[in-house]
Amino acid sequence: MTETRTEDTVLDVKNLQTVFFTNSGLFRAVDDVSFSVRRGETLAIVGESGCGKSVTALSVMRLVPDPPGRVVGGSVTLEGTDLLGLDEAEMRNIRGNRISMIFQEPMTSLNPVMRIGDQITEVLRLHREMTSKETWAKAVEMLRLVRIPEPERRAQEYPHQLSGGMRQRAMIAMALACRPALLIADEPTTALDVTIQAQILALIVDLQKTLGTGLILITHDLGVVAQTAQRVIVMYAGKKVEEATVEDLFENPRHPYTRGLMASMPAVISFGAKTDARLTEIPGMVPSLTNLPPGCAFAPRCSLAVDRCRAEYPPLQETGGDHFAACWRATEMVAAP
Amino acid sequence: MTDQRPLLEVTDLVKHYAVRGGILRRRVGTVHAVDGVSFSVGKGETLGLVGESGCGKSTVARSVLRLVEPSSGAIKLNGTDITGLSKAEMRPHRRSMQIVFQDPFASLNPRMTAGDIVGEPLGVHGLAKGRAQQERVAELFAQVGLRADQMKNYPHQFSGGQRQRICIARALSLGPSLIVCDEPVSALDVSIQAQVINLLIDLQRKNDFSYLFIAHDLAVVAHISHRVAVMYLGRIVEIAEKSELFANPRHPYTQALLASVPIADPKAKRLAPMVDGDVPSPINPPSGCAFHTRCRYAMDRCKLERPALVEAGEGHQVACWLNDGTGRAE
Amino acid sequence: MGISRLTTINFDSELRRAGAHSTHGWRRLLFLAQRYLLGTIGLVIMVLFVWMAISADLICRYDPLSVDSAQRLAAPSAAHWMGTDSFGRDVWSRIVHGARVSLAVGIGATALGSSIGVIVGLASGYLSGWVDLLFQRITDILQALPLLVLALVMTAALGPSLPNVIIAIAIPLIPTVARVIRANTLALRELPFVEAAKSIGMSEIRIALRHVLPNTLAPLIVLATAQLGSTILTEASLSFLGLGIPEPYPSWGRMLSESAAEYVRTAPWLVIFPGVAISLAVFGTNLFGDALRDILDPRQRG
Repeated sequence: MTETRTEDTVLDVKNLQTVFFTNSGLFRAVDDVSFSVRRGETLAIVGESGCGKSVTALSVMRLVPDPPGRVVGGSVTLEGTDLLGLDEAEMRNIRGNRISMIFQEPMTSLNPVMRIGDQITEVLRLHREMTSKETWAKAVEMLRLVRIPEPERRAQEYPHQLSGGMRQRAMIAMALACRPALLIADEPTTALDVTIQAQILALIVDLQKTLGTGLILITHDLGVVAQTAQRVIVMYAGKKVEEATVEDLFENPRHPYTRGLMASMPAVISFGAKTDARLTEIPGMVPSLTNLPPGCAFAPRCSLAVDRCRAEYPPLQETGGDHFAACWRATEMVAAP
Repeated sequence: MTDQRPLLEVTDLVKHYAVRGGILRRRVGTVHAVDGVSFSVGKGETLGLVGESGCGKSTVARSVLRLVEPSSGAIKLNGTDITGLSKAEMRPHRRSMQIVFQDPFASLNPRMTAGDIVGEPLGVHGLAKGRAQQERVAELFAQVGLRADQMKNYPHQFSGGQRQRICIARALSLGPSLIVCDEPVSALDVSIQAQVINLLIDLQRKNDFSYLFIAHDLAVVAHISHRVAVMYLGRIVEIAEKSELFANPRHPYTQALLASVPIADPKAKRLAPMVDGDVPSPINPPSGCAFHTRCRYAMDRCKLERPALVEAGEGHQVACWLNDGTGRAE
Repeated sequence: MGISRLTTINFDSELRRAGAHSTHGWRRLLFLAQRYLLGTIGLVIMVLFVWMAISADLICRYDPLSVDSAQRLAAPSAAHWMGTDSFGRDVWSRIVHGARVSLAVGIGATALGSSIGVIVGLASGYLSGWVDLLFQRITDILQALPLLVLALVMTAALGPSLPNVIIAIAIPLIPTVARVIRANTLALRELPFVEAAKSIGMSEIRIALRHVLPNTLAPLIVLATAQLGSTILTEASLSFLGLGIPEPYPSWGRMLSESAAEYVRTAPWLVIFPGVAISLAVFGTNLFGDALRDILDPRQRG
């Protein structure tokens, strides 16, 4: 979104650039990405592995490992404060307090030798002036909020005593303990079974509604996006290639990559589908970020690519009604079926 | 295609692991990884095996290939029971069945060239050597959509999808009649997943072999399978023709699984989880029907007696007491 | 991170300068040499010592064994760069020839210890069961004794000679190598490509040699390089204690012990130069070993 910030805007990211310096060279993991998140809104960032979606989240959190990575350009504004201008101490005060993050792997994200309750009270003690009795009571309240049965007993337990789903609930309780303005969830359900995934997604969406938190949901699963998000960003090779409201994106995808992604998903339940119908596939593979083609990074895999696509990178353009796409042929897509 | 004699027939397969603890490594419990599973796969057929983590689907796959020794039960391949065969007796049968694993990074020896990896089974079974082997490998490469000049490359020079193609070529090299696919596309990106699924479908059309296709992703299983079996805690709870299973799921667990898959259509928002709680531990599985702890229809009987897998329609078997009252105890 | 560092980078020129695009050949080597500067220094030191050992006869003016009573305890000069010892032998020549002994023992012991260690580790990890249990307990006992003490006992028992010193230093290396190889083997055994090999009906020995062994080579090389320094040090210590390489071969350790007590004040070059040679050789192998670990061990890779 390019319009000016409104009162409601929690996070505003402009022209974010993050680079990595590795043995095989320097690459732009996030290249000129802008977006904003409003209070109570869910923004989904979709893309395949290596597209830069996770690095975008880490850049916002200022957690990009340095070396080898570094944010080299742009601005990240949270509730009016430019996060890139803060020193490390000020940033620590923001993390876990105003922005929280939950990760894919709930086992490694929790400290195995600390009780669940203590891990939540630790966050509270860092950011709130409360007595230890108050923080423990609050921790139990948070566990109840994320619908962990018998929260008083569970608070006394260690991570290994909890199942995967329970651990992810505990992570959410920890992340929301300080009532952050923004929650970043990086593939929060990818490691979970499908029945547990449904529970966790329902919980996240529910809590976000009640608490009014802005949510950035990073995922590779278009099904998860459709069920949870209001706005969607599609990323490819470090760049934002499409942005739209969720209804608009699914109804009228403008970028050939988005279209390809949707077509290549096996239809969720192909009830009457022919037994062995082939899927529509995107040919080729995701390009290496250290060796990107000169023009549009998707051009080598795109059936619609013309000479211009291979020579010049298409700018992100509004293709009507708050829908942006970076494709030379995006406007033709509107008419296409 | 199922009316012929089945290619693979698994009867009452059981695999229990001992859990040992303490200094004396005494047996402190038993993991009921697979607890009495029976199914068959016809010639040219794909049987999908779905279930959540820990349901025992991978153990079934490995037992079929005798990569793990089943505790009891029979595995018949082309009518021969292969359980209890010695290593030497097993060798000729190994040509008939091959496996494709989930992790394309760990399934290839990083120190061997792609060509050597694919050619190795030919050498081991003395089918082709030297030039003949090279030619055969080149043929296999072409079949899975790789170029012959890529034979001299090492696994790290390939992308995830290409590595899975190499695994498939290796599995094809011995001309098997059954390929066990253990989550073959779970580690791949969506756009690459479709390529590999299409390849598997194309190869089956051409070669008419059978797949035992194991996955946790219902959409993928639904796409590639002819019949689908749903596993929960070491047992098959429902098995049916694909279209029948998805149109008319009988077991509450199958219903819950189907309802839990997020649909890629924002208009179909329905994030109401069908089941609460987590999968119980296979070390001490619940009494009676293992699903009763999470089932919204659970009755007293479900806690006490374990329902058997019984016919609930043509080729449709369910293990549930709700099954129109036709449920039967074991 | 800070706002001050938010500068724009001209990526392409930066990349070219770093040489990151070159994936093989000399340019790649140059790129790695720049990234691992300390490792390169270590490698240069090692190469220098090897070169010294090989061309010892060419770079020395004097026979390291020739005694010249007229030149006893001469200070470093143009004729004798590092002075002479109490027998009038040229110290520079003895240091250069001593490199032969140090490297022969270092490389020989490391190679011998590693080879046996690989066999033990592979057998232990792959066969498991009682073989593993037996090897593990022997390893535990060997590891409970310090490297030097074990080598001391061994040389005392075998008697001082070049092969015996190599054997004495190699034996304590075996458990260290065997442990690493065993741990790697155990991890590799569970990998799908080993299962795939089983599923095509390959024999266990062939799987161990063809699929497991080659994949333990990278950690082995790293470990062996790291051990090279300590074997050189052990040889020096043994010789210092009079149990190393027998006379008349020059050995850095014995050069030290011969002169340490008597001449440390009157002829310090007799102590300084052998000491520097030992330290430099160990320092070089350690630097190189560290860099090699960074490059070959993916867990440490940035």
